Amino acid sequence: MDLQELSIKLADHQTEGTGFESFLISGDNDVLQVIVEGFDELPIFVTVTDEQMLCISYLFNENELKDGVSDELNSTLLKLNVPMPLSSFAIIEDKYSIFGSLSVNSSFDDIAHELVTLADNAIDALEAIEEFLK
Amino acid sequence: MSILSKIFTALKGGAREAGEAIVDANGIRIFEQEIADAQNALTNAKKNLTEVMAKEMQTKRKVTALNDSISEHETFAGQALEKGDEAMAMEIAEKIAEFENDKVELDEVLATYSTSVTALKSQVKEAEKTIKENQRQLSMVKTTESVQKATMAVNSTLASNNSSMGSAKASLERIKQRQADRNDQLAAAKTLDNEENGTDLKDRMAAAGIGDTKSKGSDILARLKAKKG
Repeated sequence: MDLQELSIKLADHQTEGTGFESFLISGDNDVLQVIVEGFDELPIFVTVTDEQMLCISYLFNENELKDGVSDELNSTLLKLNVPMPLSSFAIIEDKYSIFGSLSVNSSFDDIAHELVTLADNAIDALEAIEEFLK
Repeated sequence: MSILSKIFTALKGGAREAGEAIVDANGIRIFEQEIADAQNALTNAKKNLTEVMAKEMQTKRKVTALNDSISEHETFAGQALEKGDEAMAMEIAEKIAEFENDKVELDEVLATYSTSVTALKSQVKEAEKTIKENQRQLSMVKTTESVQKATMAVNSTLASNNSSMGSAKASLERIKQRQADRNDQLAAAKTLDNEENGTDLKDRMAAAGIGDTKSKGSDILARLKAKKG
């Protein structure tokens, strides 16, 4: 599914009682910015390569961390990685992120479920590691 | 060096210019060329394999036919001997020798085919592995670059749209606040609904013992006691 098609489908769809807003950022690699209803501050960025579809949400910048907590935070995130359904933690440049990857052959329902789950995981994760933030 | 190690080294350096390729365009072309070559090799190997397997089957059939002829002629020779026809038996025996020589030749041919089949099968496996491996590595390179480019695009959007990139803590608070607001709204709507249906007032009156109060055991007991009294 390409990003434009995804954007159109998301516009008139509700998954698990949740709506979506999305708009396309054009560039070398197109990126679809998706906002899951109620999670305006945690947009999800969707990109597609030959093999997979990546859904990424940026949680916080490294400079938002309290001094000297990054080792403990990193090991906490690694421990939380497996229990967290469908999503994983990552660091992209200087931003701590949460992401999920899907096969390019995933159905629209799979993608919608991924997006809702990612948004829920993002907020849960922020809540869980709040103490590490300035 | 594996692609993952290259990516690791590139990231560890940290000094990479934004947008600088982890594997240059030439490197990607080499990968793609290797995949194409391996795919050609795979197609050829599969074509040869089917041909050789067909020939192998034909030869096996011929060997079976020869074996049948040999045992058949052995029976004939036995019959000739029983009838005391030594000359006929000798002729049949020579025929059997001919069959056996043919069979030896065919067995050699068959052995060559079987070796080819084994070799071709391992070529097919090898090509399939090469393709899969190159595709996996290429996918890592492409994903890394795609994420980089996407991050650049996202960063420039966020920069031109400052409000959406607040601190995580502020975001968390806002989202939690919004969720709390929504829960309050739901609760308020429910209260309103109850009031409109009058259930709220009735509930409160009942709690206060006003109006249609339900009979309670203690009241009944008190009433009974009063009667007796």
